[in-house]
Amino acid sequence: MIKRIKTPLRAKEIKKLKIGDEVLLSGVIYTARDQAHKRLTELLKKGLKLPVDLKGAVIYYCGPTPAGRKVIGSCGPTTSSRMDPFTPKVLASGVKGMIGKGRRSKEVVKSIKKHKAVYFLAPAGAGAFIASKVKSSGKEAFVDLGPEAIYRLEVEDMPLIVGVDSEGRDIHKRLK
Amino acid sequence: MARKVNVREIEKKVKELCLKANTVLRSDVVKELEASCRKEKNALSRKMLKVLIDNAKIAKEEKLPVCQDTGVAVVFVEVGRDVHIAGDLLKAIDKGVEKAYREGHFRKSIVSDPVKRVNTGTNTPSVVHVDIVKGNKVKISVLPKGFGSENKSVIGMLNPTCTDEDIVNFCVDAVKKAGPDACPPYVLGIGIGGTMDSAALLSKKALLRKVKSKARKKHIEKIEKEILKKANDLGIGVMGLGGKTTVMGVNVLESHTHIAGCPVAVNVCCHALRSASGAI
Repeated sequence: MIKRIKTPLRAKEIKKLKIGDEVLLSGVIYTARDQAHKRLTELLKKGLKLPVDLKGAVIYYCGPTPAGRKVIGSCGPTTSSRMDPFTPKVLASGVKGMIGKGRRSKEVVKSIKKHKAVYFLAPAGAGAFIASKVKSSGKEAFVDLGPEAIYRLEVEDMPLIVGVDSEGRDIHKRLK
Repeated sequence: MARKVNVREIEKKVKELCLKANTVLRSDVVKELEASCRKEKNALSRKMLKVLIDNAKIAKEEKLPVCQDTGVAVVFVEVGRDVHIAGDLLKAIDKGVEKAYREGHFRKSIVSDPVKRVNTGTNTPSVVHVDIVKGNKVKISVLPKGFGSENKSVIGMLNPTCTDEDIVNFCVDAVKKAGPDACPPYVLGIGIGGTMDSAALLSKKALLRKVKSKARKKHIEKIEKEILKKANDLGIGVMGLGGKTTVMGVNVLESHTHIAGCPVAVNVCCHALRSASGAI
């Protein structure tokens, strides 16, 4: 059965999600990839205020193509493992969900369990398809980073698969 | 008399090929995705393969990039030796790339310096490889290469006494290391022989071949088949969800090499293998 969930994610809902579950996610999510992660964690280290409120937020590892006349361009997930070194710190700041593609490190899986968060897989390499699930988009922070800026996206029924659940189970465990 | 080709024609052609390559997935790739979808027994993997086929349709209809990583524009130019190119070839190529990426609303992913990392905002410079060939035409192929899979590419300097199996295992190991991270089902471009640099170039050129094409030499074709079989036995599958669909095609280009070595370069490419070719 496919579960429908909404952001911000609630602890009760996260707990019910198990690896391999198919979900349809709706609500606001924020994109952040390599450089944004670097900046966010630098701000966190210095104890400074973040440009977006990440409490309970879902982060999408994505750098979309420009919108043109559409709501958004192509917007599939990028490789999550590049965000691994930054993720424990980001999770400690209150992020509850991450969307990307591919494996996560042992440390990240541990950190997901510790913070009762969840990691989703988005259809990898299907950016045009995912664009059809985005209802609004706009740059929210780090605009100077161009495609690596933080975008605020409003998604409706974005199809995802649970990759690492809040118990620390990992769909890719056999591939490590 | 050499045939004169003005660089403006080259700029126009490069632009056209960039636009096409990024929005219209190669027909041989679509065909292979469809074939994989029919064969795949893992239900969730099959579902995701369907999404990929849908994605290609949406991209074509809406003129959206197949993937948000519209890549580094790798441009192969074959210049006939009876052609005189009037103007600056490299500048013309970059102009064509820049126009396509601006007008097509493609992502600009190029930084001018690997350490300082400032985006050039134009997706240029591109990476250009020029060959001089017979004839009086200019053949251009544009291959926008995403970096998710480029990051998983490897080169190994194997021993000259290595067996076919050693070569196969080195390539299969590259797939194993890439795992689910770089958008399988993959296509592998492989260069065997040459020098470190030329093997890498061969591996990229091999991606221009049709996914299901075979090497001309029988013993090389055998290596291709062996890699394909072993890689698909890894059970990675689409998005790492399991199943038989991990690698769609293996294309090897080989070359002469030195008595002391056997370079093997594996250019891993995601399922969104994009390229377009044309001639002037």
